[in-house]
Amino acid sequence: MDKTINQKAWFLVLPVFLVVAFSAILPLMTVVNYSMQDTFGNNQFFWNGVGWFKELLDPSTDLGGRFLASLGRNLLFSAIILAIEVPLGIVVALSMPRQGWTVAACLVILALPLLIPWNVVGTIWQIFGRPDIGLLGYTLNSLGIDYNYVSNEFDAWATVIVMDVWHWTSLVALLCYAGLKSIPDAYYQAAQIDGASRWAVFKAIQLPKMNRVLLIAVLLRFMDSFMIYTEPFVVTGGGPGNSTTFVSIELVKIALGQFDLGKAAALSLVYNLIILIVCWIFYTVMTNAGAERPEKQGAA
Amino acid sequence: MNTIPGRRVIMVVFLFFLLLPIYWLINMSFKTNTEIVTTMTLWPHQPTLENYKRIFTDESWYSGYINSLTFVLINTVISISVALPAAYAFSRYRFLGDKHLFFWLLSNRMAPAAVFALPFFNLYSAINLFDTPWAVALAHCIFNVPLAVWILEGFVSGVPREIDETAFLDGYSFPRFFVKILVPLIASGIGVAAFFCFMFSWVELLLARTLTSVNAKPISAIMTRTVSASGMDWGLLAAAGVLTIIPGALVIWFVRNYIARGFALGRV
Repeated sequence: MDKTINQKAWFLVLPVFLVVAFSAILPLMTVVNYSMQDTFGNNQFFWNGVGWFKELLDPSTDLGGRFLASLGRNLLFSAIILAIEVPLGIVVALSMPRQGWTVAACLVILALPLLIPWNVVGTIWQIFGRPDIGLLGYTLNSLGIDYNYVSNEFDAWATVIVMDVWHWTSLVALLCYAGLKSIPDAYYQAAQIDGASRWAVFKAIQLPKMNRVLLIAVLLRFMDSFMIYTEPFVVTGGGPGNSTTFVSIELVKIALGQFDLGKAAALSLVYNLIILIVCWIFYTVMTNAGAERPEKQGAA
Repeated sequence: MNTIPGRRVIMVVFLFFLLLPIYWLINMSFKTNTEIVTTMTLWPHQPTLENYKRIFTDESWYSGYINSLTFVLINTVISISVALPAAYAFSRYRFLGDKHLFFWLLSNRMAPAAVFALPFFNLYSAINLFDTPWAVALAHCIFNVPLAVWILEGFVSGVPREIDETAFLDGYSFPRFFVKILVPLIASGIGVAAFFCFMFSWVELLLARTLTSVNAKPISAIMTRTVSASGMDWGLLAAAGVLTIIPGALVIWFVRNYIARGFALGRV
């Protein structure tokens, strides 16, 4: 259906525009302003041009080293959790019961971790993982595995990753389940008549139908893992050492911990730019995928 | 045909994995600190309600819940009321820059909260809103307004356009049509959008913590300092955690069929 062109619609959008502009554009202007200056306290500012940006992208300086290291850690983290959560989410979605009260029960339990405040997610895993009082830590240690996420880097990473899998796999599963539900029964009947194997059904029917939702799932999971802050901060505080310090944690340390406004602002801008580019790529792919198949999918 | 072998086992194992840490938190909240630290028990042997009692009687604790609820409610009301007309506009009309605006909204949902923490701090201090629920409510609009617009747009598009046209032919003015006809038709959509605004504002910590100090401190920030002179008060921390899960767990049943849509910004 064609939408009518009506410029007066701007009046309907104006409130949204104003509210979001107030919280997005104004603060961003402050950031741009700070990123060009240096401060020695007392509200005295000095022009620094692109100095911070140069330092940021040069790994030999302190700022650049910290930024690039945390960026690398963050990308590794995002890659690992995507590699685990997407396949696992698909498997869980395919394992959903088909009808009866169990469907509703599974949906509710799956959604439960998504609705827990992020710092409580951290707390839950802290309490669950500690070697002295946590079920997981205690069990692992009594099995003879030396597990301690506070002092061991590998254990800290494993804990943060398992926590993220626990927290967000349900999102991928729920999205895939919504995609699977939109497949008409006739498709499966046709496949059965053709004698298609289980794998063929998955590849030829289910996966193409899940394309769209999977794209959204990957976008959301990448974005949210790329700006993860609260959960690892509560569990590991970025440690041991700096081993679980992701970009957001580093940024908050510089901005609110050291109050290094110029450095923090430059980092913010580069960080935001990366997000914006990734976001734009996904948006383009998404709208193109939508244009090829204009019929609207059913409600989730 | 459309399921996989061993699906019951997979499902049961996965749900068990999801529930176990939550069970441990609940278990912990009914224990005394001595029991937590000295023994490893799978269920509380000396169950106590002391932790919960302390939260409900100590003002520095329960005021956190009130503060959180206040800014979450303000935020939900603002988000929904500005998003409704915009969702209608995006669903029905084309106008200059509509696609760019839609993308800009999406990009704000994706913007890292850490980037905005410091500028928000400056901004809300400058306009004297620092340490009030309004500061947090407005700050959370940056991701909740786009979310509400995207979800509501899907629901408005589900209403046939003939209904608009008939209403206008019958002499309804635009505001009257909006309130009397459109809003009741997409009531469930508004419910879903409100639920997700509520949820995302409730789970966020970084901005809420940065923009408050004493008077409007949210429960999530209060929870981060349960360390006392005698060490960590694990039972109290667990009880506070359980209480923050309850609001979500209560309403989840009503939105269970829309969960995927809400988390995917209405794009499913």
